[in-house]
Amino acid sequence: MTRKQRRLILIGSGLAVLAVAAVLVLSALRDSIVFFNSPTDIVEKQVKPGARIRLGGLVKPGSVERGANLAVRFEVTDGNKEIPVTYTGILPDLFREGQGVVTEGALDSAGLFRADSVLAKHDERYMPKEVADALKKQGHWVDDYDKKSSTTAQGKTR
Amino acid sequence: MIAELGHYALVLALGLALVQAVIPIWGARVRDPSLMAVAMPTAVAQFVFVAIAFGALTACYVSSDFSVLNVAENSHSAMPTLYKYTSVWGNHEGSMLLWVLILTFYGALVAILGRNLPASLKATVLSVQAWIATAFFLFILLTSNPFLRLADAPMEGRDLNPILQDIGLAVHPPMLYLGYVGCSITFSFAAAALIEGRIDPAWARWVRPWTLGAWMFLTGGIAMGSYWAYYELGWGGWWFWDPVENASFMPWLASTALLHSALVMEKRDALKVWTILLAVVAFSLSLIGTFLVRSGVLTSVHTFANDPMRGVFILAILVLFIGGGLGLFAWRGAMLKQGGLFAPISREGALVLNNLFLTTGCATVFVGTLYPLLLEAATGGKISVGAPFFNNTFGPLMAPVLIAMPFGPLLAWKRGDLLGVAQRLVAAFAVSAIAVAATFAFEGAKPVLAPFAVGVAVFVMAGAVTDLVERTGLFRVPFDTALRRAAGLPRSNWGTAFAHFGIGVTLLGIVGETGWSAEKIVTLKPGEVVSIRQYDLAFEGLVPREGPNYRELTARFTVRRGNDVLAVLEPSKRSFPVREMTTTEAALLTRGFSQLYLSLGDQNADGSIAIRLYHKPLVLLIWLGALVMVMGGALSLSDRRLRVGAPKPARSAAVLQPAE
Repeated sequence: MTRKQRRLILIGSGLAVLAVAAVLVLSALRDSIVFFNSPTDIVEKQVKPGARIRLGGLVKPGSVERGANLAVRFEVTDGNKEIPVTYTGILPDLFREGQGVVTEGALDSAGLFRADSVLAKHDERYMPKEVADALKKQGHWVDDYDKKSSTTAQGKTR
Repeated sequence: MIAELGHYALVLALGLALVQAVIPIWGARVRDPSLMAVAMPTAVAQFVFVAIAFGALTACYVSSDFSVLNVAENSHSAMPTLYKYTSVWGNHEGSMLLWVLILTFYGALVAILGRNLPASLKATVLSVQAWIATAFFLFILLTSNPFLRLADAPMEGRDLNPILQDIGLAVHPPMLYLGYVGCSITFSFAAAALIEGRIDPAWARWVRPWTLGAWMFLTGGIAMGSYWAYYELGWGGWWFWDPVENASFMPWLASTALLHSALVMEKRDALKVWTILLAVVAFSLSLIGTFLVRSGVLTSVHTFANDPMRGVFILAILVLFIGGGLGLFAWRGAMLKQGGLFAPISREGALVLNNLFLTTGCATVFVGTLYPLLLEAATGGKISVGAPFFNNTFGPLMAPVLIAMPFGPLLAWKRGDLLGVAQRLVAAFAVSAIAVAATFAFEGAKPVLAPFAVGVAVFVMAGAVTDLVERTGLFRVPFDTALRRAAGLPRSNWGTAFAHFGIGVTLLGIVGETGWSAEKIVTLKPGEVVSIRQYDLAFEGLVPREGPNYRELTARFTVRRGNDVLAVLEPSKRSFPVREMTTTEAALLTRGFSQLYLSLGDQNADGSIAIRLYHKPLVLLIWLGALVMVMGGALSLSDRRLRVGAPKPARSAAVLQPAE
C-alpha cells in the first residue's frame, strides 16, 4: 500500500465518521429540541396542544394549590398573561411564589399546561435567565432583581 | 492592609509576567542564553507573588473581613472554618485567582523540572505560558478584582451559596482547575513547537506526562463533581448533560484523544500535526469551559455576569488564544515533517480510530452545548437541547470506541493481525457473552439494550485483563515466571490496562443505574412504611436541629430487610436564613455497589412529608470506575520512561527500541 492509499483510507474513514455524526446530530436536533415560551408567547403563537415546550415565568403569588398525592397546581405569569400549570411530584427547593420557574411539558386541549418537570435552574436571584429576558420584553422587569450581585453558583443548580 | 498587600502582589506578578512574555522568547530568537535564562526566576517569582495574593484573600476570608466586598458577598462569620477556606474560590473573582495560582504553579514547575529541555524550547514555552498568565492577570485586575474594599463595611456577610457549603467545594473546583490549566502547558509546548518549527519524539515524551496529569485531574474532578451533584441536589441524577458539565467533559474528551495520539507520536514519530492540533484544541476547550462556567456565557448571551466589561474581555481572551493558536497552526503546521508509516490495521490505526471517534464525539457535544447560544444570537429564539440529544448522538459514536478498545493494546505497531488479536480475545468474548445471557436470564430484556450494554462493559473489562494476561504469559508459562514478567512490565502497560478497565467499570455502573433504577415518590405520615425492592423504610418522625448557620429538619427512617434492621437514614432539609435558601440533604445507604437514596420534599400541615426514594443498582461503579482510571493514569505517570529525561536524538537513533 502506498502512502497515498493509506492517506486516502485515513481521510475516507474520517469523512465517514463525520458524516455519521452529522446525520446523528441533525436527526437529534430535529427530535430533541425544546422551545422556550413565555405565557404571552403561548397565547400569541397559539402553541399546539401536545407539542413539547418549556414554559417559563413567575409563579403567580397566591396561585399555588396542593392536592392529594403530591399533585400541585399553579399559574405561571409574565405580568401580561397567565397559564395554569399542573404537576405531580416534588417541587425543587427553590420553587416559591412570586419567583421564577421553568417548567417542561405540553398543553392539553383545555389550555392547561401539564408539566412533567419543574426546573429551578438559576442563581441566587431566583431568576432563570429566560424568564428574566421574557419579563424584560414584557416591561415587567423590576430593577431590584439586578441589584444583588450575581455570583452564579459554580456547581449545578437545577 | 492584607487585601492591599494581595492586590499589590498581583500587580507585581503581572509585571513579571510581562517581562517573561517578551524577554525569553526574544532570547530564543537571537540565541542569547542569558536572555533565555530570565524565564526561570520570573516563572518562580510569579508563582510566589500569586501565592501571596491568594494567601491574602484567604486570610481575609478566614478572619471574616467584611470590609472586602468579595468576602462580604460570599462569606458569613458563623460559617464552619472549612467553608471559610473553600469559599475563597466559591465565587467568580476568587476562582479566577485560583486559576492563575495553578497556572503560575505549573509554570514554575516547568521552569524547575525542565532542566534537560533544550534551552530555546524551554524559553519559548515559558514565554507562551506568560502570555496566558498576562491575559488572566489583566482580566482579574481590570474586571474581577477580589480585593475591592467597601467604604462602609457591613456587620455581617451575605453567606456562601448554601449549595456550595459542602466538602465537595474543597475538592471539585481545585481538581478541575488543575486539569483545565494542565492543558495550558501542553498548549504552550505545542505553540513553542510551532514557533520553533521543530518537533521530535522527545517533545512528545515531555508533553505526555503533562497531558496525563491534566487528564487525571480532569477525570477526578468531573467524577467528584458528578458525585457531588448526585448527593447534594436531591434529584439522584449524576449527569444531566448540562452545559456546565459539558464544559468540563469536552476538554476531557480532547485530552483523552491527545493522550493517545501523543503515544503514537512518541513511539512511532507519526501523527505530529494532528497531535499539535489536539493540544491546541484541548486548551481551547478548557478556556471555553472555564468561561462557560465562570462567566455565565451560556446562561446569558447578553450580559456576562452582570458586567458587560467582563464579557468583552472574556471574548477577547478566547479569540486571542484560540484564534492565535489555530492561526499559528495553520501558518506553521505544514512545516512539521511527517514520518512513521503504518498500515490501517495496526496499533497506530487503532489509536487513530480512537482519536477519530473521540474528537467527533467531542464535536457533537460542542454542537449541542453551543447551538442554543448561536441560535439565540442569530434569531432570538430560545431553545434547550436536552439529554436525549446527547444520548442519541454521543452514545452511538462511543459504541465503536468501546468495542474496539480491547483490540487496540493487543495489536502490533506498524502492521497488526486482526484475526490473531480476535483469537486472543476469545476468552473475553466468552465472558461477555455469558454476562449478556445471565443479564437476560435474571433481569429480562427490559430495557432492551441494557443486557448488551452490560456485555460491552464486561468485554472492555475482560479485554483489559486479557492484555495483561497476554503480556505476562499467565496460564502459558509457569506462574512465577508470569509473576516476574508482571513485575517487569512497563508501568504504562499497567496504566493502560487499569484505565481501560476503569472505563468498563464506569460503563457497567451507568448501565446498572439507568437500566434498573427503581423510584418512589410518596407522602408519608409518621409510623408509615414505604417499600422499594426488598427494603422497607419506616418513617419514625421529624426532628428539628440547629446547625452553625442553618436550621435543619431531619426525618428519621429505619431501614429493614426482612426482619433485620440495616440502618437508620436521616435525610434533612436545611434552611439558611441569610440567603433565605433551602437545601435538601439526601441520605444514602450503600449496599455493595448499589445505593438506597432518600431525600425529602415538602412538609404538609398534617405532619406528613413528601419523600423521594430510589434504589440505584451498581451506581457506585460510575465513580469507582473513574477512580480506577485515575489510578491507571498515576501508574502510567510513574513509568520510568517518562521520568528519565528524553534521550538525545543522536542516541535514540542508535538504540533500538524493544518491540512491545
